[in-house]
Amino acid sequence: MSTLAKMASSRLFWPVVMLLVLFAINLVAFPGFFEITVRDGQLFGSLIDILRNGAPTLIIAVGMTLVIATRGIDLSVGAVAAISGAVACSIILGSPDPGSLATVAVAITVALLISLVLGVWNGFLVAALGIQPIIATLILMTAGRGVAMLITEGQILTVNSPPFKFLGSGFWLGVPIAVIIAAVVFGLAALITRRTALGMFIESVGINPEASRQAGVRARGLLFAVYTFCALCAAIAGLILTANTAAADANNTGLFIELDAILAVVIGGTSLAGGRYSLLGTLVGALVIQTLVTTVYTVGIPPIATMVFKAAVVTVVCLLQSPTTAEAFSGFRRRLALRAEKGVAAS
Amino acid sequence: MTKLLEAPATDRPTRPGRGTGTGGGAPSGSGRRRPLAAALGLITSPKYGPVTVTALLFVAIFVIGGFRYRGFFSGQVFLNLFVDNAYLIVLAVGMTFVILTGGIDLSVGAVVALSGMIAASLLQTGWSPGVVIPLILLLTSVLGLLVGLMIHVFKVQPFIATLAAMFLARGLCYVISQSSISITDPTFVQLAVSRIPLGAGLSITPSVIIAVVVVAIAVWVLHGTRFGRTVYAIGGGEQSGLLMGLPVARTKVLVYVISGFCSGLAGVLFTFYTLSGYPLTAIGTELDAIAAVVIGGTLLTGGYGFVLGSVLGVLVLGVIQTILTFEGTLSSWWTKIFIGALLLVFIILQKVLTARRR
Repeated sequence: MSTLAKMASSRLFWPVVMLLVLFAINLVAFPGFFEITVRDGQLFGSLIDILRNGAPTLIIAVGMTLVIATRGIDLSVGAVAAISGAVACSIILGSPDPGSLATVAVAITVALLISLVLGVWNGFLVAALGIQPIIATLILMTAGRGVAMLITEGQILTVNSPPFKFLGSGFWLGVPIAVIIAAVVFGLAALITRRTALGMFIESVGINPEASRQAGVRARGLLFAVYTFCALCAAIAGLILTANTAAADANNTGLFIELDAILAVVIGGTSLAGGRYSLLGTLVGALVIQTLVTTVYTVGIPPIATMVFKAAVVTVVCLLQSPTTAEAFSGFRRRLALRAEKGVAAS
Repeated sequence: MTKLLEAPATDRPTRPGRGTGTGGGAPSGSGRRRPLAAALGLITSPKYGPVTVTALLFVAIFVIGGFRYRGFFSGQVFLNLFVDNAYLIVLAVGMTFVILTGGIDLSVGAVVALSGMIAASLLQTGWSPGVVIPLILLLTSVLGLLVGLMIHVFKVQPFIATLAAMFLARGLCYVISQSSISITDPTFVQLAVSRIPLGAGLSITPSVIIAVVVVAIAVWVLHGTRFGRTVYAIGGGEQSGLLMGLPVARTKVLVYVISGFCSGLAGVLFTFYTLSGYPLTAIGTELDAIAAVVIGGTLLTGGYGFVLGSVLGVLVLGVIQTILTFEGTLSSWWTKIFIGALLLVFIILQKVLTARRR
């Protein structure tokens, strides 16, 4: 009983329950859900699909988690993803040899470098000018899509470059490349922030930037780093998304992905008020979102209605995590305990 | 604390001093100074500065447009700003209430699309517009109420709660229909095509009148009622408002009901404009509304701002769009870049003005 209570009080409890419920629904609707087969040395199966399609959201959500931990938010990730895809595609298209590895390497490097600049810009607005993060990143969110369209000149750039395509749909040792990249990003973020004091510094900035500055934490530099890292994550996700379809669409690449990423973070139990974060929770959150989308497909609900279910999941998770609900629960538990005590006394 | 006392500055401070009734035209105290100093005081005040700059910017853009393009400097071009943006004005009014309390509403674009879809589908099955329009306004108000309760009772961040409402509304659009439904109802068509002549060859649409009425009511509510003062007080400092015994809970929820109602009304006006319902319409309109409110001088942390400023913000966005249309060679993506740049300028301006004050 006490272990159950301990588990129930964990921040990961409700997200994991949600994930298990979704898995159960899937298993009922489609008995072969957990099967993973090896075909031509590559892994196939619903779970692999969930991991592969969820990879871009997860990558962005990792960056977003750190931003949110500093009590910030980054709305511009979708636009940054679109810009990085547009930059990479236009470089590949403009080169004489689109299929060569060197061209693709240059394109990816330039796209990532540009995302660093965009991240520094966000960091500058938030850390140096002290603008509210929602608004500071809203600027790039609005203007960024325009910039992406400027790069693609309003057209959908289709590239025919096998090395670039490999990034989106290739396999290495049987595992999709996108999943490997996501795992590397997740692992690095976890290692750097949780095996060093960096994570604690980030949380202290989220709790009170001024106090942490006076305690010797370089709050400004940290904010710069966090927003830059988030933009870098967004660019990586944008490259994967673009490579997956082999086309850069300034309007639709990464559309609403900022919302999915924020949802993943919130479902994972990281508070938007900052000061605390859980990368593991974000992983679970991203999986919940992607599994939800897959569930909608397998159960046979028109995929268009996915958004209604997303709304339901967000609402339920938010209400369950709300302090009001927690109070109501603890009040209920206290009353139960009181009644039990009385019962013991009476007998 | 000064912000709190100053925020609901209605006619009270000016009335007892001099009976001239400057009526909110200039910040109190600067009226006696020389005109230059008064103008400087106007621009550097955090309360009136951004609005003044927006007004000057609007006039400047309009004059530049008038010199550059033939036929730009006409009354009808000006009136068309209202005709084309009537729905955005109504949205911006609702958004102003929310932002004044320090919240944000991301659901407005999706709710516009949803009310368009409801209107189109119900009219198609033969419902009367006299029933459909009140029903839409009721439904969107209820949605706003639910969002408000989620924010206040369950302490969910406004950002997340309205995000959930956005997903819900957008998803329901697709559930109603995945393709465009055109509206052939005679009343709607009549309201869409009819023009109200103003003389001298100028005309407006019924939507403009509705938008103007909404703006007038909003101005009265914000500056003439207790509810309006509480809205400003919550933005100035929720805790202080609570300690002063103001009905913070009720007001905070009501603000989202107002935004929901305005979104529904804006959706109806939008269907007058397009005569169809389409699930993908108005994507990103919430950003336009937020941009208009910010450009109009409302502080995003709440407490400062005017509905009329938001209307000016909409007009600035509209006039940029008109210039790009007149220019012809510039592509549509420049609009986004311009709006982003304008947002940046105004946010930095707000930052500078409030920093000076503190």
